[in-house]
Amino acid sequence: MYSDEKIRASLGKVEAAREQNIRLNPPRMTAEEKDALLKAYHPDYREEKFAALDFGPNAGDKVPTELKDLLQGKSRILGETLPLENPDYDADVLVIGGGGAGASAAIEASNAGAKVVLVTKLRLGDANTMMAEGGIQAADKPNDSPAQHFLDAYGGGHFAAQKDLLYKLVTEAPEAIRWLSELGVEFDKAPDGTMITTHGGGTSRKRMHAAKDYSGAEIMRTLRDEVLNRDITVVDFTAALELLKDESGSCAGAVLVNMETKERLIARAKTVILATGGAGRLHYQGFPTSNHYGATADGLVLGYRAGARLLYPDTLQYHPTGAAFPAQIYGALVTEKVRSLGAMLINADGEAFMNPLETRDVSAASIIRECTRPGKGVELPNGKRAVWLDTPMIEEKLGKGAIEARIPAMMRMFAKHGIDIRREPILVYPTLHYQNGGLHISPDGETDLPNLFAAGEVVGGIHGRNRLMGNSLLDIIVFGRSAGRNAAERARAVTVGKLTLGHLEAFEAAREGASAKTGVLFSPQLLPNYARK
Amino acid sequence: MEQMVNVFLFGKKYTVPDSLTIMEAMEYAGYQLIRGCGCRNGFCGACATIYRIAGDRDLKTCLACSTKVENNMYVATLPFFPLVKQVYDIENVKPDQQIMMQLYPEIYSCIGCNACTKSCTQGLDVMQYIAYAQRGDFEKCAELSFDCVMCGVCSSRCPAGISHPQVAMLARRLNGKYLAPHCDHLDARIEEIQAGKYEKLLEDLMGKPLSEMQELYNHREIEA
Repeated sequence: MYSDEKIRASLGKVEAAREQNIRLNPPRMTAEEKDALLKAYHPDYREEKFAALDFGPNAGDKVPTELKDLLQGKSRILGETLPLENPDYDADVLVIGGGGAGASAAIEASNAGAKVVLVTKLRLGDANTMMAEGGIQAADKPNDSPAQHFLDAYGGGHFAAQKDLLYKLVTEAPEAIRWLSELGVEFDKAPDGTMITTHGGGTSRKRMHAAKDYSGAEIMRTLRDEVLNRDITVVDFTAALELLKDESGSCAGAVLVNMETKERLIARAKTVILATGGAGRLHYQGFPTSNHYGATADGLVLGYRAGARLLYPDTLQYHPTGAAFPAQIYGALVTEKVRSLGAMLINADGEAFMNPLETRDVSAASIIRECTRPGKGVELPNGKRAVWLDTPMIEEKLGKGAIEARIPAMMRMFAKHGIDIRREPILVYPTLHYQNGGLHISPDGETDLPNLFAAGEVVGGIHGRNRLMGNSLLDIIVFGRSAGRNAAERARAVTVGKLTLGHLEAFEAAREGASAKTGVLFSPQLLPNYARK
Repeated sequence: MEQMVNVFLFGKKYTVPDSLTIMEAMEYAGYQLIRGCGCRNGFCGACATIYRIAGDRDLKTCLACSTKVENNMYVATLPFFPLVKQVYDIENVKPDQQIMMQLYPEIYSCIGCNACTKSCTQGLDVMQYIAYAQRGDFEKCAELSFDCVMCGVCSSRCPAGISHPQVAMLARRLNGKYLAPHCDHLDARIEEIQAGKYEKLLEDLMGKPLSEMQELYNHREIEA
């Protein structure tokens, strides 16, 4: 139930127009219209919110100002004397990060016979994977093909994806789905075993596989259970503070910290896989976020300081439909599946102002534009604006019970705050959702630093400058598994030399020498600071 | 019009705005959370919480991230609970009653008190899904437990020492792997890919100049 008067007035218009709106199929924008819209309204195009890096592997490249402060930040362990010769953990493969990519990597490295240590700064499974709702793409239907999947993702990413990575993503997608199925992930299927698939924004075929709207949670809890069934050392509440190298200059482990006791720990490893995820909790440009508590770009900082190059660190994804009301869930993800199932985006006057299945960047920009047009954004009690996502349309199109069966998590999330999405539409506004850019990797998953692999959201280039729904759950599996296999294979040929943190001193010297120093933040950030001062 | 309410975090009194969730109230009070905070949106089960409103006999349970504070609320978070997770090899188990007897025999000690169901932060019928697990009906157990976030509150209230979330996890994996209908079109596509059927198509596509690629993308047919 909405009690605010302004919201109720607008709601009346939405309800009155529903019969008419539901029959519309608003036209898709032309390429020119999209370009103009993005340039005018997408946050990635607000030049004043970006700054060029002064030093390091990406000197001269633009990144969000908040990220620049961290990439050029001070190491937390500079000057400390650490017993590098006496490590607490000794692994073939050290996995940093306990989300979907890290867990997949650990499982495959373990399959390959490696001694695996997985460290994570919160609990195993505390990650954006757990929060992915809508689904995972794979071109496995007769009317679809990996080439069609490639075209959708390449175009949706503005023709900027690293082609060899995208090739791997689309050709290994069906096998990723089968691997998950065989681990016991419960995909939505018809009685004859056919996968129930839907569209996502920017897909040309219905290839979104789902497990209701708990797709990521279902995948993550299954992977976690599998990791725990194996001989993999899981060290939770332990973050990486820096990468270690050996005298050959290859990556050879990490300096860790117990998040609770602050004790320093040394992990020596023949190969390291960074799977630290994204950056939503940096709240770029003041946006709310749909991300997990630990999404603070740590992996970008660790890799960058050790000499690994970033690709497209200036491009972020704002999910078009973050919850805008009530305040308790501001920024929380409202899955794109809500639109896949037929809900339309409606402005304050009850008008369907866009096709609901444009790509995410275009949809987000379009909503931001609508909220700047006089009277077209719904005014919220906190002074912010939003548009409607007309969820009751879903049951009008698909029949009663469709919402509970297909998007139970959304129904539950809003019901906790007194809103029944079967009868009432919901208010949405873009929320910071995904880091499109990240560490540059080869198709084998190796970064520019030898023996340092990366997988998952910490990687850049797979999706170009915009990611399609359902391609990140896919990439954490495809590239997570591949990194695990390749890191284990490499480990067999590696003998670790004397460990060193020499790169930190070199980085600090560059920092001191940079003409345009930015702040003196310590990094990686590890957690957001929400405690009221 | 922000109203303030009194909440008692681990017994200590703080005055906080009534619009906050319990998690936000802790941060408002000055806590820098490490444990007991995860997705902040009801999916991960990190922030299981037990509370009582002063004067009320009932203990209530919730997730701190998705529950608003109330006046005179006494709050204790349960950031970890020692669930039993049995180790097994998913490739070498059978989806029958025997596996539950072997791995989680304590489910047969359920006394039917229904404390698990009453305490579930997701509103699930926990006792019923355990009953299905007892009978080896993993499909039903999986269905009823699907929305479980494994917060562990049910187990904390169980006099029989059952680790309900782990029982359900096993049931779902057995169902997903062994009982759900097999997907043939997935196998067929994997076979085609492995036979190299799409290599040339993809290489041709990837080799096209940008303008041609844009043309193809902008005019591709979209499945209705």
